Amino acid sequence: MDDGAELWAAVRLTVELAVVTTLVLLVIGTPIAWWLARSRAAWKEAVAAVVALPLVLPPTVLGFYALILLGPDGPGGWVAGLFGGRSLAFTFEGLVIGSVLYSLPFVVQPIRNAFESFGPRPLEVAATLRAGPRDAFWSVAVPLARPGFVTGAVLGFAHTVGEFGVVLMIGGGIPGETKVLSVAIYDYVETLQWTKAHMLAGGMLVFAFAVILGMLVLEKRLARRLR
Amino acid sequence: MSGPSSIEVRLTGALGTFALAAEFEAPATGIVALVGPSGCGKTTILRCVAGLLRLHGSLRVRGEVWQDDARGIFLPPHARPIGYVFQEPSLFPHLSVRGNLEFGLRRVPSAERRLRLEDVADLLGVSGFLDRDPASLSGGQRQRVAIARALLASPRLLLMDEPLASLDRASKREILPYLEHLRATLDIPTLYVSHSPDEVARLADHLVSIGAGSVRASGPIAEMLTRMDLAREQGADAEAVVDATVTGHDAEFELTALAFSGGTFLVTRTAHPIGQRVRLRVLARDASLTLEHQTGTSILNIFPAVVDEVVTDGASQTVRLDVGGTPLLARITRKSGATLGIEPGRPVHVQVKAVALVD
Repeated sequence: MDDGAELWAAVRLTVELAVVTTLVLLVIGTPIAWWLARSRAAWKEAVAAVVALPLVLPPTVLGFYALILLGPDGPGGWVAGLFGGRSLAFTFEGLVIGSVLYSLPFVVQPIRNAFESFGPRPLEVAATLRAGPRDAFWSVAVPLARPGFVTGAVLGFAHTVGEFGVVLMIGGGIPGETKVLSVAIYDYVETLQWTKAHMLAGGMLVFAFAVILGMLVLEKRLARRLR
Repeated sequence: MSGPSSIEVRLTGALGTFALAAEFEAPATGIVALVGPSGCGKTTILRCVAGLLRLHGSLRVRGEVWQDDARGIFLPPHARPIGYVFQEPSLFPHLSVRGNLEFGLRRVPSAERRLRLEDVADLLGVSGFLDRDPASLSGGQRQRVAIARALLASPRLLLMDEPLASLDRASKREILPYLEHLRATLDIPTLYVSHSPDEVARLADHLVSIGAGSVRASGPIAEMLTRMDLAREQGADAEAVVDATVTGHDAEFELTALAFSGGTFLVTRTAHPIGQRVRLRVLARDASLTLEHQTGTSILNIFPAVVDEVVTDGASQTVRLDVGGTPLLARITRKSGATLGIEPGRPVHVQVKAVALVD
């Protein structure tokens, strides 16, 4: 694989991983956020704490447990067996699972906050206007929580792009398959290829700045519309 | 009264430390006001009728069972044919005014729709800003949109929770005529929570008085306002309402004649057409008593009456009168009462010095 292709493969893999991870996170994070926002169960904060664990844990700890879960002797290995594989570790699917765990709090928290911000009233109004719970969720709760969805999606995407420890632990660094940008930069620095490291690192810097700026602008605009 | 034209409420339960045990029946016609001091459970009852809150008991509205715990029936709010106007307008900020109005309308099967968006928008004066954002409206305009939105859900029972309480004085004055207009043009039974005697006297047909979690009394407004136990609390502000019909206009003296069961009031000329029903408010302190029909007085409105009940309160007495079937209150001094021999059964004449026309 020539140098340019290797760089490009890392970029493409990273974007693919981030896109898939973000979509999965929105699908599973939304019901979790909804439940955390609406439930009156006493133990819901325990669930919230589990979701938030990746904020505190060193990524290598998370990666270590993920590796065991995904490996041949864990549930991941069993699932892989169904498809004729041996393990989910060191695969793209394994990376997605690890990234989803790692970025979950960044998606759940903003969406939960958004669901909580408008209180029960709009849903009560919807109910008195003949909207059942499912109808009210889609026609009222989701549109009102849109700023939270935007923030959650952007943070989930950006955080996945920027992860290192987890993907290194469970992905290894197979070019074109599990070698994402952050791992590639690490490898270039290790092997003293400063120019390539500069290109990727500089690109990440610009990307991170653009994401955060874009998010701040968008959030402000959405919040103004919903006020 | 039980049956297809009544609202029957039986609720017991506790919310935190607050215990509610409410039981009443009211006609499902006109406006039924739930009145009482704040914190007495009025809003709780309304939320239970809407299904937003569940206490133990049963609810039957116009012959339909909405809740009956004995039979395990509880309709969720979206399955009840109601409209609900909250204290705050609570418009959906992500929808335009039109989007808000259509929200309930679209969810009612077309066969059950009884009102058209354009008509309701005209009725409440919101046609001019259908395409605006709720955020750009004034408080009064928003609440008018909220009322229109509730009406467009074609409710069989309209629930209003102090719809004017969150508004400033000017907005209140702006909305009250719309509510009176609704009462006159649309025949939608309404449960109206209020702690404003003024709103109640203007709007209500039936009164349910609530105190500390239970129903104290329930009855037609004319009767309830003149009930001694309730009127007494009002003291000098006690009043009666009289429903009357416009029977004629006197061009020469610029007066309007309003007939009621006990006679005919003459008031300063109004623009009402002949035959129109109007409501009059008579304050107890504006009514005085004589034994004979006085002549040579400047007071125009004098009616024969019979004393019904007398309650003494320090130097004053509140007298409930039967004026040809319509109850009125008069506030007199205890000394006058003794001089005139005011006691139940005594025929007198009541002189009404001032009346206020409601609509």
